[in-house]
Amino acid sequence: MSQHPIRLTINGRPHEANVEARLTLSDFLRSKAGYTGVHVGCEHGVCGACTIVVDGRAVRACLMLAVQADGTRITTVEGLAAADGTLHPVQQALRDEHGLQCGFCTPGIVMTLAALTDGPEPPSADTLLEALSGHLCRCTGYQGIRRAAIKLAKKPGAGRP
Amino acid sequence: MKPAPFDYLAPETIEQACEHLAAAGGGATVLAGGQTLLPLLALRMSQPFVLVDINRIAALGGIIRVAGGTRIGPIVRQNEAIEDATLASRLPLVVRATRHVAHHQIRNRGTIGGSIALGEPAAELPATAVALGATLEVRSTRGTRRIPAEEFYFGPYATALEQDELLSAVHFPDWEPDTVSLFRELAQRPGDFALLGLSGALTLEERRITRAGIAWFGMGPTPMKARQLEAALVGQSIDALDPRALAELAIADTAPFDDHHASAEYRRTVGRHVFARTWREALDSRKVA
Repeated sequence: MSQHPIRLTINGRPHEANVEARLTLSDFLRSKAGYTGVHVGCEHGVCGACTIVVDGRAVRACLMLAVQADGTRITTVEGLAAADGTLHPVQQALRDEHGLQCGFCTPGIVMTLAALTDGPEPPSADTLLEALSGHLCRCTGYQGIRRAAIKLAKKPGAGRP
Repeated sequence: MKPAPFDYLAPETIEQACEHLAAAGGGATVLAGGQTLLPLLALRMSQPFVLVDINRIAALGGIIRVAGGTRIGPIVRQNEAIEDATLASRLPLVVRATRHVAHHQIRNRGTIGGSIALGEPAAELPATAVALGATLEVRSTRGTRRIPAEEFYFGPYATALEQDELLSAVHFPDWEPDTVSLFRELAQRPGDFALLGLSGALTLEERRITRAGIAWFGMGPTPMKARQLEAALVGQSIDALDPRALAELAIADTAPFDDHHASAEYRRTVGRHVFARTWREALDSRKVA
């Protein structure tokens, strides 16, 4: 039941904590660091709601231990919009295309699309849609989510903040 | 917190990791990508005393060319492998198979070695390692062993890896440049475990098959090497073979089972079709070449 000191950067801010080895990164982010935008659904990697960006890659926060995040740079959904409230292009696309219903699965979907479109050029629609297969929307609101993803793929440079 | 309590160690060298595994006397579990282990911990199906996290061991990463082949470090992420230029040119089958592993987000953490060491019978990478004749290097405080992938799998999640051993490298031998990849799988949804699938390679000289390595996944308790099919292919011209007879041979070395997804008979029937389509694809690819 070892305890471990960790230092990491969350949404640009440095954090330090002492965590129990078995604490998952999703539980750490929600209950210790206060980032409740990390939605915890299935807690075993199936639903995708807790997806965050760790060192530039979209990963399941429930499938990492908090202690493994030592030294990483993490972005959660709270870290995407500009300080003045301007939405990230992914958030804007989902809003424009009605790509959410109850909103539970949304932060995970936003983070997957943000990680993939924040590169030098946006990937193909096929790549984005394939990545969306890693998310479950229990409202079954997939059509709007698909439209948003396709929109992000088509507009060159659309994903950049 | 859902997992049962455990201690956590994050060694920085292979030697330290092996010492931790030896000291734990079977109570330790290796944490690589964690994409299977963390669900098992959350469900308390796995309750190790110690987790040995190997993600900080630099010597376990990297994809490098070695004499006669390519060495993939076990902690190479599946998506890193998909994006790797060496694998794209030298081992396109590995890239193709890895694209079918789980979902994008899982592949960002999941590792090549984790999938190969776990021994899930329906997984793509163990069958691909068996098909291509990979050798698995395992380390412990007792020394180093090199195990052919074909001899590594004993049953579902049962492998030749002892409790104190760590998979330290996966060596894929070179296949000649004129090699065709064979790959197809059937899954209920994208990203699910396959109901069954086929992974393999054929080397051709003109239109004659000089080397064949083919294995099934989801068609038995382990990856199942299609030995009779391989024997029937090598030395033959690809135009002279009867696809129906080959399809029968293709499933001759399988041992599929009934489960709540599909019956063994269904798997055999679909297996013949999976082979037939893959074979046709291989022939078509040769027409253009």
